[in-house]
Amino acid sequence: MQIQVKKFYYGDIPDSGSGSAPSAKQVNPSEEWPLWEVFIRSKQGLDHKHAGSLHAADAEMAIENARDVYTRRQEGISIWVVESKYIHASKPEESGMLYDPAEDKIYRHPTFYDLPDAVKHM
Amino acid sequence: MSAHTSNQALIDYTLHLADSSLIMAQRSSEWCGHGPVLEQDIAITNISLDLLGQARHFYQYAAGLINQSADHTLKPATEDSLAYLRDERAFKNLLLTELPKGDWAQTILKHFFFSVYQSLLYTRLQTVPDKDLAAIAAKSLKEVAYHVKWSSEWVIRLGDGTAESHQRMLTAIEELWPYTGEMFRAADYETGMVDPSTLHAGWLKEVQDVFAEATLPMSSESVYMHVGGKTGLHTENLGYMLAELQYLQRAYPGAEW
Repeated sequence: MQIQVKKFYYGDIPDSGSGSAPSAKQVNPSEEWPLWEVFIRSKQGLDHKHAGSLHAADAEMAIENARDVYTRRQEGISIWVVESKYIHASKPEESGMLYDPAEDKIYRHPTFYDLPDAVKHM
Repeated sequence: MSAHTSNQALIDYTLHLADSSLIMAQRSSEWCGHGPVLEQDIAITNISLDLLGQARHFYQYAAGLINQSADHTLKPATEDSLAYLRDERAFKNLLLTELPKGDWAQTILKHFFFSVYQSLLYTRLQTVPDKDLAAIAAKSLKEVAYHVKWSSEWVIRLGDGTAESHQRMLTAIEELWPYTGEMFRAADYETGMVDPSTLHAGWLKEVQDVFAEATLPMSSESVYMHVGGKTGLHTENLGYMLAELQYLQRAYPGAEW
């Protein structure tokens, strides 16, 4: 037997009266808004940094959502968004092959040179 | 016009601007925690806070004017006393702002109607001789420009969306349209400030452009228009809202966080 428990906290109102999204079982994944990755430039001259991700129906809405979610405390002056499905990532199971070989090649760090005293900021 | 009555008109006008922003903010804030998706929940809460900020500027200015006048029934006034301790009949907000939040379509359409009106009004208010009102208008315009963009895009998205979202927009238009006329009918205290009737044509044009893109029909100009909010005659909705808004300060005068 399935028992459905409905629980409302003080001041909360049921979804039916709130206009919010239907409960999980009614959501059709194909109708859900796509996921977007957000990159924020915090100030002129710096690069865009990954800030997080959010759902939006289109690029315009993704930028506005990013503006509201990630820059409301003056965190940014420029926003990039890209649909998450267009990001291709390296596979975790290949990390041994990809990254481990660099471990014993410390000579790739430029630390084996004697710098003349006159050279600063190195 | 004597100095006293003109000062009273300026106070009333400032309170009218403050009240419309405050009531709009309070109504929209009901979505906080209940938005259709998390990101839009934050968006509408941000917008509510923008409007609350505008209301504060206007209330602070009105409080200063009241305190400078020789004898005023609202003296001594602060931004808080003006928001929390005035009764329903003293509120001069547009009726449109106090209507129930309805579904998302009604909230969106209300924001669209109001934001387009505000952007036209504040653009003109920037140039009035009163420096304080002009400064508040100038500062608020950037926020309002974003509200117009945000709500227009939503009107188009819902109007030109699914059969259901289109139908909900039609219902919202039917519900809200009769409350749009009040924005452009001047109350006595608006004499000498921005004449709202001169904003009407620009407002219709902007609404028409967005509705066209949203595949939504324009309503008739000859629909009966409800008025009264500007002079304190409100719908039954305002009393309930003020009861919630003002309860704490009325029950525990001067209570602070």
